[in-house]
Amino acid sequence: MRTVIAEDSVLLRAGLTKLLETTGFEVVAAVDDAAGLLAAVERHRPELVIADVRMPPSFTDEGIRAALVVRRQWPEVAIMVLSQYVEERYAADLLSTSTTGVGYLLKDRVADVDVFLESLRRVAAGGTALDPEVVAQLLVRRQNTPLDRLTGREREVLGLMAEGRSNAGIAEKLVVSESAVAKHINSIFTKLDLPASEGDHRRVLAVLRFLERASPTG
Amino acid sequence: MVEYRRAMSTVLAPIGRFLLAPWRGRAWRDLWFVILSSALSLLPLGLIGLPWAFFARIHLPSILACTFLALLAAVLLGPQLTTLRRSAYHGIRGAQIPRAPDTARDAASADAPFLPRMRARLRHPRSWRQACYHLIAGPAANLVGVIAGTMWVSGLVCFGWLSAAIAFGPHWKWLSMATSLALWSALLCLVVVYLTSWLVMASVRWDLKFATDLLGPSRAERLARRVTDLTESRAAVVDAADAERRRIERDLHDGAQQRLVSLAMNLGLARATLKDLPEDARTALAEAHEEAKEALGELRNLVRGLHPVVLEDRGLDAALSGIAARSPVPVQLAVDVPRRVSPTVEAVAYFMVSEALANVAKHAQASAARVDVWLDGALLRLSVADDGIGGADAAHGSGLTGLEQRAASVDGRFEIASPVGGPTTIVVELPCEL
Repeated sequence: MRTVIAEDSVLLRAGLTKLLETTGFEVVAAVDDAAGLLAAVERHRPELVIADVRMPPSFTDEGIRAALVVRRQWPEVAIMVLSQYVEERYAADLLSTSTTGVGYLLKDRVADVDVFLESLRRVAAGGTALDPEVVAQLLVRRQNTPLDRLTGREREVLGLMAEGRSNAGIAEKLVVSESAVAKHINSIFTKLDLPASEGDHRRVLAVLRFLERASPTG
Repeated sequence: MVEYRRAMSTVLAPIGRFLLAPWRGRAWRDLWFVILSSALSLLPLGLIGLPWAFFARIHLPSILACTFLALLAAVLLGPQLTTLRRSAYHGIRGAQIPRAPDTARDAASADAPFLPRMRARLRHPRSWRQACYHLIAGPAANLVGVIAGTMWVSGLVCFGWLSAAIAFGPHWKWLSMATSLALWSALLCLVVVYLTSWLVMASVRWDLKFATDLLGPSRAERLARRVTDLTESRAAVVDAADAERRRIERDLHDGAQQRLVSLAMNLGLARATLKDLPEDARTALAEAHEEAKEALGELRNLVRGLHPVVLEDRGLDAALSGIAARSPVPVQLAVDVPRRVSPTVEAVAYFMVSEALANVAKHAQASAARVDVWLDGALLRLSVADDGIGGADAAHGSGLTGLEQRAASVDGRFEIASPVGGPTTIVVELPCEL
């Protein structure tokens, strides 16, 4: 998979490059700032971009802004944003244009190599990967919405859906049976007034409903 | 022997100082000062005296008119007279009469045309305090000094004359007097010289004190100045502490954190790829990997607590969700701050919410907490409420004292209501701009 890495720490850039190249990704460019990232995407048209949030010159949210430009100009490019800390506001910005092919994870998650690579593949395939920390922050922001009607467990399940997990993944995480997860999900659909049509479609809609709460205007 | 001499010197030294005082340079300089200062006093006093001499009679309306005119002149010429005094005092005695601070009012009236400028002077309390010195306090001190100085000098002259009379015998042609009477008179002159020389020095001290009090800044002006200075220095200290936190955050972010991520990643890669290691090596690797991840998590919480970048980047609203999400007690957060406030105030508000929620988690035994932040005109208000056991007391526990100090650092207000049995509510008011 053709990948561009933007990361200003030399150590981590080299480490990520090594990690990806030993696991079957093709790193076509590894740059150290947002301008370099945009130039590399323009030139190489990669399938996946991995970007750090804090990069020169101002060391605040260059990565997020560059990611938004990439999403606008090259919507087919999947983006995984990594950061030392995750902020729901940055997540909201990232998800504001579309909620497919995007990921936002703590850098810590890189340490769990298998899970991290799986998240990368999922995002490249058009899925989402939100860090559990972001999901927790998003849940704090809910105010008087249909989401309030959900029970604590249902919110947990919805959060895991937003992280990009399958029913089996959710069941494993919550240590319950898959059928229990299916029951929670059905209850979520009912409470969010999602009509019974194709299941996958409803699943996306539920996650969207959840993520819409993340946008600052919501 | 040594101790005896030391004892003698402790007894004799003050006596010696007393005896020598009128003959030292300082006493004579003070006399010289009294003469010059009196000359300066004559200037404003002449303002009273001259018209009076012109009318030349003792008649109540004319006295009142002259006094009024003199007062008017002293007020209107106040700054010039004061400048004259100040440079004279500095030149003769090296004394610094502090300057009154330049206020916005002064700056405005300095550029005004003559009449409005004079009108402003008449209205300013400082002009009246200066006139009080130029017409009353200064001349009074000088008068004492002049009388004492005259007696001092005449005492000296008489002493010399009497000494000569004693030396030349009772039938000296310039002064014929019984020796015993001459001796007593000479002694009396000496006493007068001692007393008056001290009085001259005292009058100079009084004069300088009056000048400092009346020509320098008033108590209110001094206090106002002090408040300004303290406010500025406090703001500088708060800013410096803030800058220091940012620097440490940045250093840790660029250094230790990246290194630790890289370490954890390499350990993770090794763990995932090296499947054919011996069992104990695999266990050691797994433990190292887990510990690296834990260290990473701890460091992340520490570093984010130092200074959240999102705070300066996106403001209070965005930064608070991070704290609320990490709180072990479920938090409902409502932020309604449509515009950005001063960065220092944002930081204070952020850290206050952070500390308040930490207190809730540590002490309150609460099942839920609620954080509200909203703008109220020029005030940023925040409240943190929990449904815990209450009984929090600012007198015990450094957490609440810390909150109070944080609020005070920007002239904010902090209140806590926490009856035993709960609930606890903290209300904070901060000025939006410093």
